[in-house]
Amino acid sequence: MRLLRPGLLLAASILALAVSGCRDSRNGTTVLRFWAMGREGEVVRELLPRFEANNPDVRVDVQQIPWSAAHEKLLTAFVGGSVPDVAQLGNTWVAEFAALKALAPLDGRVAESAAVHASDHFAGIWQTNVITGTLYGIPWYVDTRVMFYRRDLLAEAGFPTPPQTWSQWRTALEAVTTRGGEGHYGVLLPLNEWTQPVILGLQRGATLLRDDDTRGDFSSDAFACAFTFYLDLFRDGLAPPVANNEVANLYQEFARGVFAMYVSGPWNLGEFRRRLPADLQDVWATAPLPVPDDQADSGLPGVSLAGGSSLVVFRRSSHQDASWRLIEFLSQPEQQAEFSRLTGDLPAHRAAWEDSTLADDPRARAFRIQLENVTATPKIPEWEQIANRVWVAVEQAVRGAATEKQALADLDTDVDRMLAKRRWLRDHAGPPKVDKTGEDGP
Amino acid sequence: MRSVTWRKMILHVGLVSGALITLMPLAWMIAASFMHPGEANRMPPPLLPSQPTLENYRQLFTRLDLLRNFINSAVITMLATVLSVVVTSLAGYAFAKLPFPGRERMFKSLASALVVPAQVGMLPLFLILRELGLVNTYAGVIIPYLASIFGIFLIRQYTLGVSDELLDAARIEGAGEFTIFRLVAVPIIKPILVTLAAFTFLSAWNDFMWPLIVLSDSGMYTLPVALANLVGEHVQDTELMMAGSVLTTLPALIVFLIFQRTYVEGIMAGGVKG
Amino acid sequence: MSSALERRKARAAWVFLAPALLLLTVFFVLPVGAGLLLSLTDFDVYAIASPGAMRFVGLANYAHLLRDATFWHAVGNTLQFVLIGGPLSLAVSLGAAMLVNAKLVRMRGIFRTIYFAPVVTTLVSVAIVWKYLYHPRYGLINWLLHLVGVGPVDWLGDPHWAMPAIILLAVWKNFGYNMLIFVAGLQMIPRELYEAAAIDGAGSGRRFRHITMPGLAPTFLFVSVTTMIGYFQIFAEPYVMTQGGPLGATRSVVLLMYEEGFRWWRMGMASAVAVLLLLITLAGTLVQLRWARRDP
Repeated sequence: MRLLRPGLLLAASILALAVSGCRDSRNGTTVLRFWAMGREGEVVRELLPRFEANNPDVRVDVQQIPWSAAHEKLLTAFVGGSVPDVAQLGNTWVAEFAALKALAPLDGRVAESAAVHASDHFAGIWQTNVITGTLYGIPWYVDTRVMFYRRDLLAEAGFPTPPQTWSQWRTALEAVTTRGGEGHYGVLLPLNEWTQPVILGLQRGATLLRDDDTRGDFSSDAFACAFTFYLDLFRDGLAPPVANNEVANLYQEFARGVFAMYVSGPWNLGEFRRRLPADLQDVWATAPLPVPDDQADSGLPGVSLAGGSSLVVFRRSSHQDASWRLIEFLSQPEQQAEFSRLTGDLPAHRAAWEDSTLADDPRARAFRIQLENVTATPKIPEWEQIANRVWVAVEQAVRGAATEKQALADLDTDVDRMLAKRRWLRDHAGPPKVDKTGEDGP
Repeated sequence: MRSVTWRKMILHVGLVSGALITLMPLAWMIAASFMHPGEANRMPPPLLPSQPTLENYRQLFTRLDLLRNFINSAVITMLATVLSVVVTSLAGYAFAKLPFPGRERMFKSLASALVVPAQVGMLPLFLILRELGLVNTYAGVIIPYLASIFGIFLIRQYTLGVSDELLDAARIEGAGEFTIFRLVAVPIIKPILVTLAAFTFLSAWNDFMWPLIVLSDSGMYTLPVALANLVGEHVQDTELMMAGSVLTTLPALIVFLIFQRTYVEGIMAGGVKG
Repeated sequence: MSSALERRKARAAWVFLAPALLLLTVFFVLPVGAGLLLSLTDFDVYAIASPGAMRFVGLANYAHLLRDATFWHAVGNTLQFVLIGGPLSLAVSLGAAMLVNAKLVRMRGIFRTIYFAPVVTTLVSVAIVWKYLYHPRYGLINWLLHLVGVGPVDWLGDPHWAMPAIILLAVWKNFGYNMLIFVAGLQMIPRELYEAAAIDGAGSGRRFRHITMPGLAPTFLFVSVTTMIGYFQIFAEPYVMTQGGPLGATRSVVLLMYEEGFRWWRMGMASAVAVLLLLITLAGTLVQLRWARRDP
């Protein structure tokens, strides 16, 4: 008998551990696991007491995931069967998780909902959540990229208003860089962000992929031309060839005038307000993106990304109703406005834009104008991976490890390889089937 | 005699400068963890905080809630250590003192498995744990540490030195095998058990790749995983990250300092005999 | 000895071994075997969603990897780490061991503890610390270089310097461990040999070559094989410090496997990477063992 003891002890403790790992509803309270990224994950906690007060049977357990690891964590959780109930998902990822059949379809919920209507949202953003005809996410906040700039530095260099076309932009950058001298640059375009070259490509009309999104199309004239413009900014010393993690403190460097412009998203409205010193609060501003010169008379800014985050419910969740209630709550104009105040994120709900602080904020206005002209990136599961590959091409070309042409050709080759399975599925099984037969509700 | 004095000086200069270089990163980590936000990113880099502050540590425990991760790390490490010492010492003892047909062959094949990188089995292991429902649980993190081939090796080498007469004497007195192991062998091999415990403690505490893969809830993360995540989000906040690094590395250093003597001797013994 | 006693011991042995063997079988042998099989398929996210989307592809993953520049780049980076970092860390370990073990030194214990301290630190946290030390603008290391008139080095941003930077960190972190094993090896060399050599008038260089080195040979083999196996598996340093960049200059084989497997969930491909790593490690070990045998 004695001999068995260590074995028993071991078995018992493993069992105990396995059990302690599951954390589920206890004494009638539903515990919703809600994953949110970065600052949103931090801030959303402040909104939840109100939700929990109105829904005493639900407790929300918010998990904050950093953006840099969010995608792999979500996939790992999906594969490992430990997905949360509700999650914030970058809207470029919705297609991927929909193809994996990880998400619950939401068309039925919206049809019955009193709180969520498609017409309350920006059409371009809403569309990013519709994958082959089925709705899988509700926009939480919207995101697009605009120009953040130092009004004082631009004015000193002779540009009292922000540039509106590519050629004006170039001239302004040259003037600012020259005036700043050694160690100063016109603009910061971090090498590890694929968004800038992709936006410039989209502005030139590049489609990025071809053949039903089964092959890369980065060597096209449209993209190549945009890529040259982008690379010239580095080659001519107008942008520092650095990745984000090499900038010790973005906000300090912006405050010191190391760079005068920065293409970024709405989260930085809040961060700049929070992190820039008080004496700079009057001189930073935002502007819509410049437009290629041949489109200058369209009256629109250069196209930018239809970004943002959506709220999704996972199919595996056993708390579908409670999850939807949480999404409805976070979609209310009041919560949207409050959330926007706390984060600087831009609300997805149109009514929340009428909220006075946002309406009166000239920095938010640039985003509002920009949102009139946004485009989604290809809605395929492989996009995140392709996007990551884009910045490899960027890095190679900027650091001179490959010629422009070669970098783009290699990019296309690799993208074709990533899409091989997609071609096979298209040819043999049709596109990844999307199951539309209702929800696995409780 | 003069040359001896000179050699002594040179030796000590070498030793002291080596020690300074070795300690420099750790000293800077500690110093920067007490600096105010932004203070560390200056030229020339400050070596000491101008006005030491505990603010960074306060942030770690309040806003970033690292206490939870600290507890996760502590629980996982303790359980891994205790269980692995039990499992491994039983096996190591059997390989040393309980002959059975095929023992040598089995031991050799185990030893050669040391060359196999754990990564080969990592993906299927993840899928197996998924089937068992152990993804995102403490058990999922602990399992790979439980039966360490290296540990079995270490215990076996040491246990070979235990005298057979002693064990046989106990048998003649009618003691069962487990009693013999517990009451006769364990007291003799205690030093190597302490070494193994310290070893497992440190590798479980410091491990990164496996917990990174298995744990998905941030509330379940161990400290190193939480820290690596923080650096993605707070790369700007040098001082805060240094405080996090101190918090993560300090328990390991303390455990090492406590068990220093046995641990160091165990490594030296294992290395030479192996 | 009676055969009843032998049977009793054998029975006890199996019971004692059972937990370890069970755990090793289920959580090591089985996964490694499954890994080999997995590497022959195109198992990926699509297959996780619906098993029908998995195909048996034979050796296609291997064929692809062997023609893939990214893979060879990762192998090259890993070899750079092993072949430069390995010997460098052995040399530092040996140097430190001889210093710490010198007869004339006082307070050896304290120095030994100090040199060993980095070994027990958490890799993730010291990687973060070094990341800041390496900062091109505000890093302590560039400031020290600046003091002696060397221009700023973009340690982690320059593809040529990123791997050397990681090697330096690894040497700093690891040398203490092998130092201890060397100290143990040095202590096993009989004092009389040195005394006899000193009487014969051999200088310290000759004593090192003819007594220390041969005396340490078995230790050296052990240390270099274990160090090499460990160094082949480098992962956390580049994951935390550079994410494999710049330009993939620090993407190791294990990091590549992690990205393929746990980032993009091409688990078939990732398993093939892991199996190739196993083959490379095996080859390295065999080369070292043969080399040691030939040159006693």
